[in-house]
Amino acid sequence: MNEMQLKFLSRSENEIFARNAVAAFVLPLNPSLSEISDIKTAVSEAVTNAIVHGYRGDEGWIVLNCKTDGNSLHIEISDSGRGIEDVAEAQQPFFTTLAGEERSGMGFTIMQTFMDDFAVRSATGAGTTVTMRKDFGAKAEADAR
Amino acid sequence: MELKMNRRGDDLYVYMTGELDEHSVSKVREEADSAIDDNAGLSRAIFNLAGVKFMDSTGIGFLIGRYKRLQKYGMDMCLENPNANADKILELSGIYSLMPKI
Repeated sequence: MNEMQLKFLSRSENEIFARNAVAAFVLPLNPSLSEISDIKTAVSEAVTNAIVHGYRGDEGWIVLNCKTDGNSLHIEISDSGRGIEDVAEAQQPFFTTLAGEERSGMGFTIMQTFMDDFAVRSATGAGTTVTMRKDFGAKAEADAR
Repeated sequence: MELKMNRRGDDLYVYMTGELDEHSVSKVREEADSAIDDNAGLSRAIFNLAGVKFMDSTGIGFLIGRYKRLQKYGMDMCLENPNANADKILELSGIYSLMPKI
């Protein structure tokens, strides 16, 4: 079991920092290339959401917690931004509140698809927390059975 | 993220290199659009993704934005050589029905 916490400003240059930090943290679990790329993509989506939707260009803190537990990685990404009015609606594929800005509305769908567990908690005016879990070697074990 | 443009016959080739996320996309959006404007009248634009080492859903938004611009000129759009990470996202988004992978 190992844990880490990062706290960084909601600047877009921190998207690459956050996803690469999580990828480096998880290396001792011997993830496959495709598992690493799934995690990097999911982290990038959550951090981008915090920057673009949570803070909308304002500066604020994003807190990223990671914990490894056996063959699993638990990730929690929190902002103290505007929050999401309707979490269920926000999770619909292609739903976006910023249609004029070339947003795909695929962020939550990608997090859900690429990770083994995913949840969003949000309160308007208080912020949003995304929690995700990735199990490593899940596919290799299933193939071996 | 860097772009290289290359015209071959009736096709505009756009070679993308680097990591495509919300931070990097703003730098190349205008560059891609001005290349499209300069080559209006060609039959298609082919976006080569072989050099894209990382991409998240921002990439989908970027590609659809360029697709809409190409449509105004009656040009088709195709994608080629995405890596496994990009291919997984592109497949999930259903974008290949708008811009086939060739």
